[in-house]
This record gives sequence, C-alpha cells and structure tokens, in this order.
Amino acid sequence: MTPLKERLVQLEVLRYNPDTDTEAHFQRYEVVCQEEWVVLDALNKVKADIDPTLNYRWSCHMAVCGSCGMMINGEPKLSCHAFLRDYEGVIRVEPLAHFPVERDLVTAPDDFMEKLKRVKPYMIPKEKKPISEGEYKQTPAQLMKFRQYSMCINCMLCYAACPQYGLTPSFIGPAALTLAHRYNQDSRDGGRAERQEVVATHEGVWECTFVGACSEVCPAQVDPASALQQMKITSSLDWIVEHLIPGGKP
Amino acid sequence: MSRRPLVRECPPTTWYFRQPRYMRYMSREITSIFVGAYCVLLVVGLQRLADGPMAWEGFLLALQSPASIVFQILALVAAVYHAATWFNATQKAMPIQIGEGFVPGKLISGAHYAAWAVLSLIVLILAGVF
Ligand code: SF4
Ligand code: FES
Repeated sequence: MTPLKERLVQLEVLRYNPDTDTEAHFQRYEVVCQEEWVVLDALNKVKADIDPTLNYRWSCHMAVCGSCGMMINGEPKLSCHAFLRDYEGVIRVEPLAHFPVERDLVTAPDDFMEKLKRVKPYMIPKEKKPISEGEYKQTPAQLMKFRQYSMCINCMLCYAACPQYGLTPSFIGPAALTLAHRYNQDSRDGGRAERQEVVATHEGVWECTFVGACSEVCPAQVDPASALQQMKITSSLDWIVEHLIPGGKP
Repeated sequence: MSRRPLVRECPPTTWYFRQPRYMRYMSREITSIFVGAYCVLLVVGLQRLADGPMAWEGFLLALQSPASIVFQILALVAAVYHAATWFNATQKAMPIQIGEGFVPGKLISGAHYAAWAVLSLIVLILAGVF
C-alpha cells in the first residue's frame, strides 16, 4: 500500500471565551495532516495534540447530522465535508456567520430553532382519522413533489450565507421556510393556511430578495431558494384570489 | 458557566464585498436602475409624441446625441443581463412535475428565451425594421 501523503496545514481559527474575552481573536495552529483529510480532521488533531481548549461541534463526520457548519475561508461549509486538498495556504476557520458565538466555533442556534417552531414543520393532517383506519397513503409522484425539500439536515449553512438574514434577523430564513413548503406540498397535509400566517409576511418569504446564496451553499441539494420563490408565487395568487375575486377565499 | 454569546454584526453597507456571489447579486440589482431609467425615457418619448411633430423630432434628435447613445447601449446590456438571469431563475420558481419526474430546468428557461426571441421579432417587424 502506498503511504498516505502528509501535509503541514496552517489553520487560523477564531477564538472566543465568554468567561474572559470581550472580543474574538484569531489563533494560528500548524498541524501535520493527511492530504485526504477534511478540515474537521485537522481541528480534531489540533484539539488532541496542541490545544484541548478549542471548542467546536461535530458528530457524524459524514455530512448527515448537520452540526459541524463553519465559515471556511469565508464560505459556509460542513467542516466534515471540506477537503484539505481543496485549500491552499492558511485556512481561515470561523464560526457560522449571522449567529451569536457561544464559544470559539460553537454558535447559538436558538433563533433558528425558534423560527423552525413557528412554521409548524410537522404534518397537520387534512382529516384526522383513528389509527384503526390505517396509514395516510401517498403515491410516488406525490412523494416526489416535496422529497427534495425534506432532505434538510438543519445545518444552518443557508442562514450563514443569506445576507438578508444577516441584515434583518427577524427574517424566518431559508431552511425554516423551505420546511414549511415541504409540508405544504405534502398530499397528506392540510396545514397550509396556518403556516401562511408566518410564511406570507414581511418576515416570511417577502424578506427574501432571491440572492440565491442559500441554494449555492446547501450541502444537501435542498435548493431553499426555489422553495421560497414558489411560495412567493402561491402567496401572490392567494392575494389575488382574496382581493380581486368577489367572495374569493385563498 | 456564564452564557455571553458574542454577536458579530453583518456590515450594513459593505456586506456585498464579502463574497463574489453577493457582488453578482448586487450587479443584477443595479441593472434595474438602467431598466427603470429607460422606462422613464420611453414615457418622456410618449409625452413628446403627444406634444406634436416638432417636439417628437426634437426628441428623436436628442436620442442621437453621443451621451444618449452611450446610455442606450448601457441600458441594453443591463436589460439583457437582467432578463437572462431572470429566465435562468424561472426553472426554480416554476418547476413542472410530470408523474414522478420533473421537466428539465433547461427546457423551462429555454422556453422563456424562445418566447423572448419570438416577441422581439414581432416588435421589430411592427417597428418596420425588416
Ligand atoms: S436547507 Fe440546506 S443549507 Fe439550509 S439548513 Fe437545510 S441542509 Fe442546511
Ligand atoms: S459532523 Fe455531521 S455533518 Fe459534519
């Protein structure tokens, strides 16, 4: 077996300790890594060999759990999916943009969690039926209508990429709105009218100006930008039906 | 342990320098200034037309000034860029599902380009270019 290629990697990591710091600062680490590694591996090596005080989140190491999101050279990335071979020189690692920094690379996701709740991201059945009547059935075509939007891993990279969220933190934001769309598109669901109270507002889809950054950084190919544009169209149609058609109800 | 999260503000006026994709977005937004200005020019033209043949001739003459030609070229480039990015976006906003599959996005955007070409041709014919 050919030996794996090694490389000296330089990391510039944003550090912040809420107990002692008033501001964040960058700290430089130099660590020998395998060429095949990802940025998360390099951080793990730093933590194991150089600085055990470094804080960051991760769990699955396979782009599934969505917990290792960071800004890598200014770009929102899953650090377990950011290959060292794609970077040259010093790699700058910062916590996800637009979220408060809890400690080092750990951000506070509270705002996102709150927004997720607001869009009611769960099935609100059209008609409730007793379990004895069996499952709510769905055809493959009905599944395909929303499948893509159900692939979100809640990594919040799209929020870190979205300048509208950065500038207007009350914006419900890409992933939460996309999840609302996912349930709205589900043939078994009847909760759209309830969700519209959050979706079709200034804080909802109308805060989106279609920068499209969310879709470019999404590691799960969810394409939140497409969901939001579709919701703008349906919300506009609702408005037309309600205001321009006598007796019309969206 | 205290909880004292550090808030890092998004710079309100310079944020679009942070990433090339933001610059692309802003350049698209800026094209609407030219598109808007050209619409104003058309309205002024209509006004001149209503004012009579003399006014209309004067308007046509003003359109041929070098500054006006430079503006019209810029407006044309801006309008084409704006339209192209808009058509490319239509496939995201209007996906068409047939059975379990989706019509390829290129086809949806392509249909918009085709409609654009046909309508432009009709306008040019009506304008007596051919
Ligand atoms: S939509 Fe994509 S980028 Fe946004 S949270 Fe979900 S998986 Fe992450
Ligand atoms: S560690 Fe789970 S997504 Fe990166």
